[in-house]
Amino acid sequence: MADLTKLYDAILNGDNKTAVAVTKEALAENADPLEMVTSYMVPAMDEVGKRFECEEYFVPELLLAARAMKGALGLLRPLLAELGAEPLGRVAIGTVKGDLHDIGKNLIASMLEGGGFEIIDLGADVAPERFVQAVKEKNANVVCLSALLTVTMPSMKTTIEALKAAGVRDRVKVLIGGAPVTQQYADEIGADGYGSSASSAVPLARKALGK
Amino acid sequence: MTDGAWGTQLQARGLKAGECPDAWNLLEAERVEQVARAYVEAGSQVILTNTFRANRLTLAGHGLAEKAAEINRAGAAISHRAAQGRAHVFASIGPSGKLLMTGETTEEELRAAFAEQAQALADGGAEAILIETMSDLAEARLALSAARETGLPVVVSMVFDSGRNKDRTMMGATPEQVARELDEAGADALGANCGSGIAAYIPICRRLRAATGRPIWIKPNAGLPELIEGRTLYRTTPEEFASHVPALIEAGANFIGGCCGTGPEFIRRIVEAR
Repeated sequence: MADLTKLYDAILNGDNKTAVAVTKEALAENADPLEMVTSYMVPAMDEVGKRFECEEYFVPELLLAARAMKGALGLLRPLLAELGAEPLGRVAIGTVKGDLHDIGKNLIASMLEGGGFEIIDLGADVAPERFVQAVKEKNANVVCLSALLTVTMPSMKTTIEALKAAGVRDRVKVLIGGAPVTQQYADEIGADGYGSSASSAVPLARKALGK
Repeated sequence: MTDGAWGTQLQARGLKAGECPDAWNLLEAERVEQVARAYVEAGSQVILTNTFRANRLTLAGHGLAEKAAEINRAGAAISHRAAQGRAHVFASIGPSGKLLMTGETTEEELRAAFAEQAQALADGGAEAILIETMSDLAEARLALSAARETGLPVVVSMVFDSGRNKDRTMMGATPEQVARELDEAGADALGANCGSGIAAYIPICRRLRAATGRPIWIKPNAGLPELIEGRTLYRTTPEEFASHVPALIEAGANFIGGCCGTGPEFIRRIVEAR
């Protein structure tokens, strides 16, 4: 009998092998994939996020946990799609133009995916037009912008402006984050939300969409 | 006495946001030399080179991977010319921007890129190699190993800005761990640069000093950057910065300079205060 607390532990400890093995075992026993995600995997990532904020976990621990999360999710995704589990939202996420830092962005993408959102990961150094494209062509209703450098933060403003110019600004909620980013800046540029921590990503996105 | 920031100095001379600074060694060599000379005039005894991101992996982002050797040689030659025997030239090698842990790059690829860079810098006339602003000890060690093949002395400097006490590298290494590993791996000097400011680096310096017999290199930022009305500003003034230098010397620093947000004025103030 698969012990799902082992899945929680595997993600928390960044043990991709065990996360995948336990997931396979549980699925072979017809465990509910949605329950696995909501009761074990998302809480594990939440705890990872908390430990990172308390500065007990550093980037290596984060990356290993995200990898384990992804490993398990990879097996569950097709089943979740089959079950017709609708994503809570479609998130176009990327690090803004001029900025190549993506660790934070990747972590948020993992958190959101585990939290029930569909992720359209645009990568790093993403021009505003590509965010617009994701909204128009892939029906993204959430746009998440990340920046690690003060000098690239203005790209967040130009991205919002590009969304306006393309006539799609009111179709999406724009959320921003990254080390130098502040709530004040979010207010200044007209973003819909600001996240200061990995564990705030899912609640923020849900709140923005009224879910 | 080392030097200060180059990025902001190049920007003041026309480098645009998003433009590749290292390419200026080929396109605007005279302006790069002006920066180098400004630091020599200000009193720097060691100046660096405009080659911080000039490894082929990072240059690939600007379509300049094949120019890596040329850019590095030119960078070393420019600083050598500007120094005119009045200052030593330590050539800068910065991080690749790719994480080994996520498989974005391999040890072989990284090492080869650093080796190419280090050799070209040596060919251009560098007297020593400075591996700086590193966040990952594994990457720093690869760069150190590659740089040592040139036969030049090698300094390795890491960024300590993470953890509850902001005293660890991004990947979680402590000053003690860094000092021990780099000392054992053959770094001729080691230290810390960038970070959140000079005051924060005084205890870091002390801990590095206690953990190794090698000379200690400290090059802090002029505080943390803030976006004020579209401009990036660093709050620490040259006077404030210089006022912390005696404590830094007492804490065991052998090489002192400034990183982001500093300029020739900072160096002048420190020299004056001696």
